[in-house]
Amino acid sequence: MRVNRIPTKSPELPPSSEKVDLSLLDPLIEKYKNKAGITIPVLQGAQDIYGYIPREVFLKLSDELGLELSELYGVATFYAQFRLSPVGKHIIKVCHGTACHVQDAGTITDALKEALKVEDGETTGDGIFTLESVACLGCCSLAPVMMIGDETYGKLTGNEAVKVIKEIRLKEKN
Amino acid sequence: MTKTKVTVGLGSCGIAAGAGKVYEKIRSLKEAENLSFELGKTSCVGMCYREPLVEVTDGNGTYLYGEIDPDKAVEIINKHVNNENPVSDYIVVTDLYDTPDRKYLDGQVKIALRNCGMIDPEKISDYEERGGYGGVKKLAGMSQEDVIKEVMDSGLRGRGGGGFPTGLKWKFTYNNNSSQKYIICNADEGDPGAFMDRSLLEGDPHSVLEGMIIAGYAVGASTGVIYCRAEYPLALKRLAIAIRQAEEKGYLGGDIMGIKGFSFNITVKEGAGAFVCGEETALLASVEGKRGMPRKRPPFPAESGLWKQPTNINNVETFANVPWIITNGASSYAKYGTEKSKGTKVFALAGKINHGGLVEVPMGITIKDVIFKLGGGIPGEKKFKAVQLGGPSGGCIPEYLSSTMVDYESVTATGAIMGSGGMVVMDETTCMVDVAKFFLDFTKNESCGKCTFCRIGTKRMLEILNRITEGEGEQEDMQKLEELAYQIKDSSLCGLGQTAPNPVLTTLKYFHDEYEAHINQKKCPSLTCKKLLTYEVIRENCTGCTVCAKNCPVDAIDGERKEVHFIRQEDCIRCGLCYTKCKFEAIRLS
Repeated sequence: MRVNRIPTKSPELPPSSEKVDLSLLDPLIEKYKNKAGITIPVLQGAQDIYGYIPREVFLKLSDELGLELSELYGVATFYAQFRLSPVGKHIIKVCHGTACHVQDAGTITDALKEALKVEDGETTGDGIFTLESVACLGCCSLAPVMMIGDETYGKLTGNEAVKVIKEIRLKEKN
Repeated sequence: MTKTKVTVGLGSCGIAAGAGKVYEKIRSLKEAENLSFELGKTSCVGMCYREPLVEVTDGNGTYLYGEIDPDKAVEIINKHVNNENPVSDYIVVTDLYDTPDRKYLDGQVKIALRNCGMIDPEKISDYEERGGYGGVKKLAGMSQEDVIKEVMDSGLRGRGGGGFPTGLKWKFTYNNNSSQKYIICNADEGDPGAFMDRSLLEGDPHSVLEGMIIAGYAVGASTGVIYCRAEYPLALKRLAIAIRQAEEKGYLGGDIMGIKGFSFNITVKEGAGAFVCGEETALLASVEGKRGMPRKRPPFPAESGLWKQPTNINNVETFANVPWIITNGASSYAKYGTEKSKGTKVFALAGKINHGGLVEVPMGITIKDVIFKLGGGIPGEKKFKAVQLGGPSGGCIPEYLSSTMVDYESVTATGAIMGSGGMVVMDETTCMVDVAKFFLDFTKNESCGKCTFCRIGTKRMLEILNRITEGEGEQEDMQKLEELAYQIKDSSLCGLGQTAPNPVLTTLKYFHDEYEAHINQKKCPSLTCKKLLTYEVIRENCTGCTVCAKNCPVDAIDGERKEVHFIRQEDCIRCGLCYTKCKFEAIRLS
């Protein structure tokens, strides 16, 4: 499911230009230079490096690979995978596939929204969590499901989901 | 005496259920105590509802253990493997005696899934031992026309949803002359509720590669591309391993199987998350690195596809069937199924069903049989209401049509489509208006925006549905929905728009009364649409803990500590917070 990612309101996450080390891009540019059909893999590679695609990265890729800035931006905003703003340390992916929907995935998202005080697609002020709704995670028989990192939590209720979040937050603070 | 073998199912769903930890536990136990049994990995056998699964094969037979955690695994190793004393409590299926779960497997015919859960997907030798690459080996004795004819005779039709005859598609690409042709495998499985392609790629990647190699030979292509969702990391990893192994063994590369001039190579492209890229022209644009927007056909990809060269596109399940057809012959395949829909189809069973998972059944079986015989019926003695087939492009088939046969024509006649084979079961607690809204919300988000009716029409329809579920529906809304639905169908370029209104149209047709109840009586019969419910305190259960009153955002709950609380209906905004917060089940919905 396409998520409309609203830029985080947090003042603690500075997307400032000094923080972005553009030299990390050089091997990527070397690999894809003068090849056709590279827009998506290049952006995927860039996102692997930075966790999202900062503005400066667009400019550099456009300059050095000879791709139109509009084309890069157009592709990045078309596909759900690409992020234009930094994300939290843990991405909470709440499954909203059909099976999870009929098993009441909505209450999981609602409970998390309330516990984290963010909307769907947003990052918490302390930068620990980003809440996302995703299409099928493919464990339909465990519905409703959420995934944090590589860990999948199945047969959830709203309260259980919130408990998981609290445990992670506690660990982060220690 | 045969050596005892222990196999752990490590597909995505198994891992999600904790199979990784079970495998680790058994491995460390084996190492620590220096045990002699053989430990293996396999992928999903389709019994998702019993994951994690551990199979033990000893001198007497095979035993499949279900819902295993690390502690149970230790018990099985100690009792069964070390002391030949099977733990009958955890056995779900064994070839020694009958178990209730056996029905789940007995009704199936496994062709596409023939190796899933049987082999270690990361070992090419496992695949070869079960007859793998037998189809490729046969190619030397067959002309290109022979191969195409065999696939045409088998009656195999595109398993991605369209149902176009595969052999005919190959023939079109074969007929177009070009020095460079492409084979593309569509593994951009985007339907929420369908996961058979993922399971195939994770469980038997070589069968897909072999299908592509055969297709490459038949149409005269030398390059294959697998367009796979980035959301399937395990599938991507296993594909990469499989491609490397096939190259080493000479199934990929130049002069394959000694056939002069037949070279074929496969690369993998990661999709970036757009449902519309399942449409073939959008997929081509995406492989070329552009925004995945569909274009007008003709020219069809068979004529002008990837980089304007003739291109043949099939989906994962279709390719997985091909090697079996070439090895066993078209007539063995055509033996299964109905007159127009031959062979078998894989379905992903999910939702309100006892046995959720992957099943492969012969075409022509009834929906009822799939749900009740294989799927074990509906949990909790609830009443079966409908089944949703074909994902966001499909429709809801009501209970009274459940003797509909599963084949392309019969399913289409109900207003649903076969689609990729997601089968989501719904019971009396599922609101059909809400289901229609769910799918429309999905297609609205995934519309690429090229065609006005798809882009704006789906949004308008969703607005109407939102109104209906919030108690502000008007009598003419149903007619408006229907008009818009047909306009969107008529004025959209690709399959996404043409089928997007299907969930609304089928629910309007079969569940008219539910729409009426929402609009006229402002009631949601299945108690799903929050805004149409009333919340009351059950006096006997209320302990006066004050949690509901504290959480109520509009202070509509009165009551003193340790006394029964009361919800003032005139102030209640029906947010449902009191219901979710109450720990004593003291809030009643009606």
